[in-house]
Amino acid sequence: MKYKAARWLRMLPVGAACLLLSGCTREQFLVFNPAGPVGRIEMHLIILSMVLIGIVVVPVMLILWYIVHRFRDRPNNRAPYRPEWSENRTLEIIWWGIPIIIIGILAVNTVHDTFRLTRPPEPTGKPLTIHVTSLDWKWLFEYPDQKIATVNYCYIPTGRPIQFVLTADAPMNSFWVPQLGGQEYTMPGMAMRLWLEADKPGTYFGSGANFTGRGYAHMKFDVIATSDPEFSQWAAKVRQTAPALTRSGYTQLVKQSVVGRMSFSSFPPGLFQETIMREGGMYMKHDISVLDNKA
Amino acid sequence: MSVTQEALSNHPPSHVGGEHVEHADHPDPNLWIFGFWIFLASDLILFASLFATYAVLHTHIANGPSARQIFDVTGFTAETLFLLTSSFTCGLATWSMRRGQRGWVAGWLVVTLILGLLFIGFEVDEFATNSMKGYGMSTSAFLSAFYTLVGTHGCHVSLGICWMIAILIQVLRLGITEVTARKVFVVGLYWHFLDVVWVFIFTVVYLTGVMG
Amino acid sequence: MPDDTLNVSHFLVTGDPLIYGADVSIVVVSIAIVAVLTYYRKWGWLWREWLTTVDHKKIGIMYMIAALLMLFRGGVDALLMRMQLAFPNTRFLEAEHYNQIFTTHGTIMILFMAMPFIFAMMNIAVPLMIGARDVAFPYLNAISFWMFFFGAMLFNLSFVIGGSPDAGWTSYPPLAESDFNLGPGENYYLLALQISGIGSIATGINFFVTILKMRAPGMTLMRMPLFCWAILATSILIIFVFPVLTVALALLLIDRIAGAHFFTMLGGGNPMMYINMFWIWGHPEVYIVILPAFGIFSEVVATFSGKRIFGYASMVASLMAIAVISYFTWVHHFFTMGAGPGVNSFFALSTMIIAIPTGVKIFNWLATMYNGRVRVTVPMKWALGFIPNFAVGGATGVMLSVAPADYQYHNSYFLIAHFHQTLIGGVVFGMLAGMYYWWPKMFGFVLEERYANWGFWWFNIGFYVCFIPQYLLGFMGMTRRIYTYPTGMGWSTLNLISTIGAFMMGLGFLFIAAGIVYSIFYGERDTTGDPWNGRTLEWSVPSPAPHYNFARIPVVTSRDAWWTMKKERKQGVLPPGEDEIRPIHMPKNSGRPFILSLSFFVAGFGLVFHWYILTVIGFSAVAACLLLRSFDYDTDYYIPVDEIKKTEASYGRS
Repeated sequence: MKYKAARWLRMLPVGAACLLLSGCTREQFLVFNPAGPVGRIEMHLIILSMVLIGIVVVPVMLILWYIVHRFRDRPNNRAPYRPEWSENRTLEIIWWGIPIIIIGILAVNTVHDTFRLTRPPEPTGKPLTIHVTSLDWKWLFEYPDQKIATVNYCYIPTGRPIQFVLTADAPMNSFWVPQLGGQEYTMPGMAMRLWLEADKPGTYFGSGANFTGRGYAHMKFDVIATSDPEFSQWAAKVRQTAPALTRSGYTQLVKQSVVGRMSFSSFPPGLFQETIMREGGMYMKHDISVLDNKA
Repeated sequence: MSVTQEALSNHPPSHVGGEHVEHADHPDPNLWIFGFWIFLASDLILFASLFATYAVLHTHIANGPSARQIFDVTGFTAETLFLLTSSFTCGLATWSMRRGQRGWVAGWLVVTLILGLLFIGFEVDEFATNSMKGYGMSTSAFLSAFYTLVGTHGCHVSLGICWMIAILIQVLRLGITEVTARKVFVVGLYWHFLDVVWVFIFTVVYLTGVMG
Repeated sequence: MPDDTLNVSHFLVTGDPLIYGADVSIVVVSIAIVAVLTYYRKWGWLWREWLTTVDHKKIGIMYMIAALLMLFRGGVDALLMRMQLAFPNTRFLEAEHYNQIFTTHGTIMILFMAMPFIFAMMNIAVPLMIGARDVAFPYLNAISFWMFFFGAMLFNLSFVIGGSPDAGWTSYPPLAESDFNLGPGENYYLLALQISGIGSIATGINFFVTILKMRAPGMTLMRMPLFCWAILATSILIIFVFPVLTVALALLLIDRIAGAHFFTMLGGGNPMMYINMFWIWGHPEVYIVILPAFGIFSEVVATFSGKRIFGYASMVASLMAIAVISYFTWVHHFFTMGAGPGVNSFFALSTMIIAIPTGVKIFNWLATMYNGRVRVTVPMKWALGFIPNFAVGGATGVMLSVAPADYQYHNSYFLIAHFHQTLIGGVVFGMLAGMYYWWPKMFGFVLEERYANWGFWWFNIGFYVCFIPQYLLGFMGMTRRIYTYPTGMGWSTLNLISTIGAFMMGLGFLFIAAGIVYSIFYGERDTTGDPWNGRTLEWSVPSPAPHYNFARIPVVTSRDAWWTMKKERKQGVLPPGEDEIRPIHMPKNSGRPFILSLSFFVAGFGLVFHWYILTVIGFSAVAACLLLRSFDYDTDYYIPVDEIKKTEASYGRS
């Protein structure tokens, strides 16, 4: 009776797996559906690590199943019983060795990609800089070259490395656009650099990934990738049609609220730098070098 | 410092167990002393964290004064002299304890206490003077870190003073017994430990502060 | 004193049916407890036998009861969250409540469930395993327990008085600073952790000294049971990392109460400092709770395979390696802070390296069963369930340690699934294995199997149903700590499955609890003292263990000391040390640890609401307790030989 119930229960995960795979499409696994080089490098690394750990995890499960069956304490079990057998140098060398080799392979790839991702992904296109400020509970994007600003959405040109410079004028958050690449923290008083790039047009889901209080769940934004000419057209249109972001407008924006999309034809120059400096950036050499756009 | 070393040699802190039978039948003073060493290690980590915080924040002076503007060389030199001397007299108390001289133990403890109180007095005066000038805890990150690091040490010393008074009373009442001897030794360890921490405060906070 | 603290409607949390329900149940349960104790005239018994005890076994039992209660509370929190997330755009909980609930869930599960559970196991087993009559400092041990207990009480009180903390269990500033977080909830969090943290440090010191100094004659370090090694490693970790948490919390508290600028946005504060300090504690903390579980599995697997543990030296080496390396991995909790590629590479590698000794342990457990005779009892089921679970959890940990990939996992449900798999699959499974394993030694009866099996299967399968979908949700871009999510992301089905799994685990817990209640009435008595055919010294004494543990201190000649003694007895060899019974020196009970910790509670409560008079009163009482102890010379007594002989005879031993 007991075993019957147990067996029935064991089928549940299989059923559950079928159910959930039928419910989701591949596109919805954003991390496995990258739209740019950074996301792709990270996906490859993820797949590599999955394969490598599979080399250990799968055999462990099979061996466990085998051992428990073979050596189970049943009457008439003819498997050997050696209660004092507790040392075997060869075996121990094997299972100290295997993890060391696997970790070694993974380590080399990790270090390589860690360094690679701090540089522009494909140094062919001309980089574009966007200043991102996370606020309670909205995202402000400032385009220092185009001199425009947006809230909760941003346009980027495809095929050009985008240098997002991140900060916060609120509790720290994290800037994450899974299809373009991994996230990085936005912190008050810090200027953080994150290189991303889109190689095909589309609208990419972005969200804040670090908890910041009541309105945090609503801190979603869209990154819209278009061709370079379309991007320029969009920027020109914003410059002509949208209102300006004034200093008092910014003060309003910093106050806690959840808002929709907004566009601004201009923003107070130096606002981004001032905010960072005031909130601790003045003590950080790193910030100053990022803001001066030095490597 | 040397006194601690000397005392230590009579109380090896780590003889790995297994050899002494029936340990539970005699409350072993070594057990307490060993435990107290471990506590000091833990307390050291606490101070290390505070030092790290100070190291990170000591340049973050916001709109407040810098270290050089508020540190008073005479004041912290006097504090250092009092505390270092008190560590010496505390060592003398332990030394007398080993020779079983109750009167000397009590005497040296009293001298230690007076020096400790003088130290605290100077520190309170330093804090009060700065606060009066408007340089408080909430002025800047530097001052927050300064008051907390030095204040935590000051609290430890104050606690040590109360504890030492309690032990002084016990020594006067009961003489030098196995238990009071242990207590004198342990409070001595604590006192020397605070002295060592102060040496670091003196260098990292005050000397670096007035020179930098 | 801020005005709002005087307002009753702010003081007592109001306006939510859940809270009213909790208020009513707290009042009802309190009245019931008082009524039962009064009716059966048990107040004196409660005070003499439990509140003032310094006996490590009773303290262990109290820790365990507290841990189970907190597991229940944390579990209810989890179910509330899963109900909210079962469907998109649900209005079951508002953001404020959801934030409070995940904060209390995390804090309670780590600090008020996992920690007391490991303290329970080490208190119950370590002195018995090393052949000691108590821990090195029994009085301090009682203080540790009551500090934990009143810390936990203070934390739970926030639910009904003042409001729960809502900045996450990590409580990162500046979100946790008073600029963004006015309420007393955050103060509760800081003070409750601080008070229970003092107890934790004391426990670390206590067991470090106990294990190094109190072992029975002949028990060299390399003859110690692996559980004791695990506790030694854990104690070292506690001693060296808890002070860092103490400082981090204290500085945040000083920011909040005295307006300092350690972690504020303005005034030169640096929030990153807090995050570093928090995780310098926080990462070793996960090893603090997992290493004892490893120790328990080592004991359980060896016992129920009827075989020596395989690769003892490797097991010891890997425990110590894990303990040491775990100090150097903390930055992997915030690779995305962008400390630079060099720093990230270092911490990625150190994190991966920890997987090597951990993997070795798993292989050694497998090899222990190989050539053994595997008895699939309840504790063994939890150990067997742990192995695949932890293999996956550890493996996803390696995936997370790959710094560039972590940029995609960080703060997503992938991370949530990973740490639940290690903390539930590792720690909770381990503690439950230990509970079933040592239960007869604590109470003198074995826990009944049928309920326990149902509990195991529901909990184990429910675990996978709950958390495997969460790995996938992470890949779909779902971040942690969101109280609601939109449709159209493909998250809905998986979230619903996950919720179903959570309720299966809840059902499993109910079976476990029901099994305990059932066994209290109908459980099989353990008259032998050795119901599992054990290998270590705790099984050499009667069940439940007499309060002096060993009438004669055993003399140890090998690893698995009791196994050897049993073998030798069969061959007619009498173990050494069977000489005359001598009077046993024991510490006296004391009510002071209870009062001392209660005073800390009062002081802490005062600080939460800035009622400084209360704080002064509390700390004065603390000082009084400490001074009284210093002047107290009447702290121990001897148990006469006659009484020992009588007790032993009542167990049928001479």
